[in-house]
Amino acid sequence: MDLQILWFVLIAVLWSGYFLLEGFDFGVGMLLPFTPRTESERGAMFESIGPVWDGNEVWLVVAAGATFAAFPAWYATMFSGFYLAFLLILFFLIIRVVSFEWREKGDGEGWRKAWLWANAIGSAGIALIWGIGLANLIHGLPIDSNGDYDGGLVDLFTPYTVFAGLTFVVLFAFHGANYLTLRTSGGLYERVRVAARRLGVPAAAFGAAFLVWTVVVAVDRNDKDVFPVVIPAVLGIAALVLAAALTYADRSGLAFAMTALGTVASVATLFTGLYPRVMVSSTDFANSLDVPGAASAHYTLAVMTVVALVVLPVVLLYQGWSYYVFRARVTGEDVELPEPVASPTGGSPAG
Amino acid sequence: MSPLASTAVDLARLQFATTTLYHFLFVPLTLGLGPLVAIMQTLWYRSGDEAWLRLTRFFGTLLLINFAIGVATGLVQEFEFGMNWSVYSKFVGNVFGAPLAIEGLAAFMLESTFLGLWIFGWNRLSPRLHLATLWIAVAGSWLSGYFILVANSWMQHPVGYKIVNGEAQLTSVWALLSNGFALRAYVHTMLAGLIFGSIVMLGVCCWHFLRGHDVDLFRKAAKLALIVAVPVTLLQLVVGNRFGEAVTSAQSMKIAASEAQWNTCEPCGFSLIQFGGFSEDDETPAFSITVPRLLSYMATGSFGGEVQGLNQLQSEEESKYGSGNYMPNVRVVYWSMRVMAFTGVLMFMVAALGAWLYWKKKLEQARWFHRIAILSIAFPYIAASAGWVLTEMGRQPWIVQGLLKTSEANSPSVSTAWIAISLGFFIALYLLLGVVDFVLMRRYARPDRPPTREELPEPAVTF
Repeated sequence: MDLQILWFVLIAVLWSGYFLLEGFDFGVGMLLPFTPRTESERGAMFESIGPVWDGNEVWLVVAAGATFAAFPAWYATMFSGFYLAFLLILFFLIIRVVSFEWREKGDGEGWRKAWLWANAIGSAGIALIWGIGLANLIHGLPIDSNGDYDGGLVDLFTPYTVFAGLTFVVLFAFHGANYLTLRTSGGLYERVRVAARRLGVPAAAFGAAFLVWTVVVAVDRNDKDVFPVVIPAVLGIAALVLAAALTYADRSGLAFAMTALGTVASVATLFTGLYPRVMVSSTDFANSLDVPGAASAHYTLAVMTVVALVVLPVVLLYQGWSYYVFRARVTGEDVELPEPVASPTGGSPAG
Repeated sequence: MSPLASTAVDLARLQFATTTLYHFLFVPLTLGLGPLVAIMQTLWYRSGDEAWLRLTRFFGTLLLINFAIGVATGLVQEFEFGMNWSVYSKFVGNVFGAPLAIEGLAAFMLESTFLGLWIFGWNRLSPRLHLATLWIAVAGSWLSGYFILVANSWMQHPVGYKIVNGEAQLTSVWALLSNGFALRAYVHTMLAGLIFGSIVMLGVCCWHFLRGHDVDLFRKAAKLALIVAVPVTLLQLVVGNRFGEAVTSAQSMKIAASEAQWNTCEPCGFSLIQFGGFSEDDETPAFSITVPRLLSYMATGSFGGEVQGLNQLQSEEESKYGSGNYMPNVRVVYWSMRVMAFTGVLMFMVAALGAWLYWKKKLEQARWFHRIAILSIAFPYIAASAGWVLTEMGRQPWIVQGLLKTSEANSPSVSTAWIAISLGFFIALYLLLGVVDFVLMRRYARPDRPPTREELPEPAVTF
């Protein structure tokens, strides 16, 4: 197989891996202000992703790094073009990353609440902007004949791209709820189950509309045929509808597998609709960046291929193992709240 | 270049300097404290001595608070190349992108996953396996440092490439990975990490001695910190010097500037300190203290070696690359080199003094030394920051030595206003993060610290 195509596929795989894994972390984050009732339930929600979220996030680091290495021009145009949007993403990423470690290290209800909201808002914000960002690749951006971005922040917002962002938010919230049905017990589990049922239909509806719209955009703006873009789209719609139905049958494992499939199929639809271009130009279609134009030379791609073939399976093995280690369900019940930490001055115990 | 364009480059540089230096306040402590905590846990595993378990958890908490902010600010670095330096990214992507991508896949993934296993695995893994997860996470962080320095060193000393259609293309991954500059920079940086870990640990122990808190416990930690700090701070002086030789051959201009050496000399004295002598109109310092022949030794390894001067190098570069100014900011580079070297020597002295006091069994009583050791926590931060200023500003005007100029490497599509906004944004956010981090670190390092997650009752687990 042509290495350029292989790396286009691998970039899609890395994004899929990122959203499949970090997607449910985002979902858990978004549900944090709503689902848990007690402090220990909130703690349990954090704990359900505590051990794994950082490893999940590295998929983004690898996706961005691989784009830099395999398609330098794509990386350069995309990252400089999405400047203010990526600045926002970085803000959300940062407050979310530190919230995990810092929330429990301070005193007071206000402190914990602030970091809980930081995690929730960060999660929703990241999902929203990635949705908008990736949808823009296919919908088209003002790119000049040098391959440089020639627009502002407003150019990123169109009905389709904003809808894509909202779809990511709803889809990941649902994905996260399904994850939690597998990882919680007791009263928390009961409420998570209800949340999953409530989110199922909106997620399927948003997902279906987004996928159909993506096929239309691919045909309309990226000169694609309906085939084969429609294949992952149909697969994605079917998976999400099935996931929504499965939540009512309490088939948590299958429902989670279906939202995972729906997430991967959504990324696959975007990338199938994008190929052979990597960024469509709305200024002049001829200015669009394409795979051969953006790709690194054969030698670099060959080196990277060898590394990926050797390392990626090992990564999957140990990440899989870490999920196995933390397979036990967390619960917010039957646990006394940790005794309030006595302050050094012996003053009132801080919550 | 228009004034506006040059402002954009300056702001983008300032932003990169700010975010990188900030990121590197946290990274080396992770690199150095990681293995120290792993050693403490190993000692507990081997001996069953509860003291080592308590120390593992105590310093482990500091490690994690610090790690979180290192991760958060590291993401900014990966995005920033593309956001602010798109011309650079296109030019180097073929070569520079590979170690960056491999770092994520092969090293950072390992570090993050296994650190998660370590944090939450206390009661779920066997003690042996749990200990292994920490060592693997540490190995991941050290591997990560290697790939990042391979990438950075290629900017200092490009190897294994050819220029095709105005872009650098990789011709030998082996040359890239075994770049002598990178290997030296790696040893230098990892030693810096160990200095961070051991000096910070020593300072924290002395804080507890000063308050008379848990003296027996922290004596053990102080001993470990000193066992690491003394040889490592000494070794760093030697390695730093060897690294200087590599710089001399790859970046003569950087060495000449770091010595404010305007004209070629043989043999050359090392200027310990000088006032004036930092610009072309004022080449002779008003006052200086110079050690004869020392610069020759440091730069070339021989006491009679020749070191090229800024003026000679300037005309050499002009004949090679066309007219232009090829000198970095001499004043900044000169002083950053000295700040780094002098604090390096100071840290060795503090470590040696501590070891002597320990040997005399006076370490826990010497209150004057406790204060010095607590203040010394600042030294590794100062030295490392100065070191990066020297490395990066000494390379100017080049972003990739001899291949691409910084002034031509920024993103054409990003306006000056946007860079100004993002710079302000990062400064504000980083200040806030820094304050919270400092408060939390202090809170968990202090003698009357609150209990950590591991000391609280574990949430119940059901299968």
